[in-house]
Amino acid sequence: MAVSTDISNWPAFIAFFLIIISVTQIAKLPITTVAKRSLIEIPFIFFALLMPFFGSGERFEIGSLNLYRDGLLAGASIVAKGTLGILVAINLSGTTTAREILRGLEILKMPTPMVQIASFMLRYINVVNDEMQRMAVARSARGFEATGIKQWPVLATAAGALFIRSYERGERVHLAMIARGYLGDLPKEERVPNYPKHWVVALSIPTLALVISLLSRWLG
Amino acid sequence: MHIPDGFIDLPTSAAFAAASAVAVAGAVKGARRQLSEQSAPLAGLTAVFIFAVQMLNFPVAAGTSGHLIGAALAMVLVGPYAATLALVVVLIIQAFLFADGGLTALGLSIFNMAVISVWVSFAVFMLLKKILPKTKSWLVVATFISALISVPAAAVGFVIQYAIGANATFSVGAVLNAMVGTHILIGIGEAIITALTVSAVLASRSDLVFGWDKKNTTLEIRS
Repeated sequence: MAVSTDISNWPAFIAFFLIIISVTQIAKLPITTVAKRSLIEIPFIFFALLMPFFGSGERFEIGSLNLYRDGLLAGASIVAKGTLGILVAINLSGTTTAREILRGLEILKMPTPMVQIASFMLRYINVVNDEMQRMAVARSARGFEATGIKQWPVLATAAGALFIRSYERGERVHLAMIARGYLGDLPKEERVPNYPKHWVVALSIPTLALVISLLSRWLG
Repeated sequence: MHIPDGFIDLPTSAAFAAASAVAVAGAVKGARRQLSEQSAPLAGLTAVFIFAVQMLNFPVAAGTSGHLIGAALAMVLVGPYAATLALVVVLIIQAFLFADGGLTALGLSIFNMAVISVWVSFAVFMLLKKILPKTKSWLVVATFISALISVPAAAVGFVIQYAIGANATFSVGAVLNAMVGTHILIGIGEAIITALTVSAVLASRSDLVFGWDKKNTTLEIRS
C-alpha cells in the first residue's frame, strides 16, 4: 500500500511509519536488532542521496546547494518506501518462526516442491554453516590467513569441498528418508485453526493502512 | 543486489513477478525430469550450499572483500533447472527471514538473479562446450566465461526493469553504463572464484559436476 502512495502525500507516510513503529514496540523487538538489520538498505540510500544532484528538469536552491526537484522527490520516495518495506520485513521475520512463514507460503499456494526445498534449506542451514566453520578453523589451524586475491584458490577449494559435502549429505538424507517410506510428500502437520479473533488482529494493521491511504487521497 | 520496496513501481513488479512464477513453474517441471522424481533433499542441500557460499568472504585488497552470487556456479554443478530453484529459494528465504530486499520487489530480484543470470550463463556455457575441446581444463574455461557473463546479465535485467518502471530520475543510459560497468568488474571476480571452485570439484568428484559429460561412474539414487 505504501508502495502505491505518491511521495508528495507526506502525511500518509508519517502515519505509515507510526503504525510500523508501534508494531515493532508491541512485538518487543530490540531496537538494536532492528537497526542492525536495516543496514542492508544503505547502498540504495546512497543512490537516492545522489539523485537530487544529477538529473534533469526543474531546479531550485537550498542554501548553497543546487538541487533537482524531481530527483529530490524520487530520492525521498525511495528512502521512505524502502525503509518502510525493510521495517515490515524485519517485523515479520522477528516475530514469526521460519516454520510458520513456510506454512503461510504453502497456504498461499507456493508449489509443494518449493516448500519442501525451502524447508530442507532451513533445516540444514546450521549444519552446513557448522561445516563451513569447521573448515575455517582447520584452515587457520594450519596457519592460513586470507589477505588478498592470492588466497582465492584455497578459499575456492574450500567452497568446492563444501559443495561435495553438502551434496553427499543430501544423498544420505534422501536415502534415509526413502528407507523410512518417503514417497514425495511430507507428512502434514496439524493445522492451527483460525479463530475470528486471529483474523481481526491480523487484519487490523492492513485495514488501518488502507484507511490512511484512502483518507489522505480524499483529503489531499 | 537486492532491490528494496518502492524502487520499481508496482505494475512492473507484478509483471516481473508473474514472469518469474512462470519460469519457476518450468524449472520445477524440468528439475523433476532431470533429477529424479523425489529429490527435494538434494535440491534443498544445493540451496543451502549456495546460501552458505554467499557468506564465504573473498578478500580483495585493503580490507575490502566480496562474495559469490553463485548463479553460474550452481548452473555448472547441478544444472540450470535445479540451479534456478535453489536460487529462488535462497532469495525467498533472504527476503522473508533476513529482510534482505523488499517483499514487493521479490519478483524483480528473482527474475534477475535466478532466471536471467542462470539461463544466460547456461546458454553461453552450452555454446562454449560445443566449440571448445572436451577436456577438463577447457570446461573450466567455459565456466569462467559463463560466470563472467552471468553477473552483467543480471545487471542488464535490472536496467530493463528500471527503464520500464523506475521511480527515479537518472537517465536509463547513465544507469546502464554504471550498472554494467561495475558488474563486469564484479563478474571477473565471480568468474575467477567460480572457475577455481568448479575445478576443485572436477578434481575430486567429477561425477557430481552437471556440466561434465565424461562421467566414468553414473551417480544413481537407489530408491
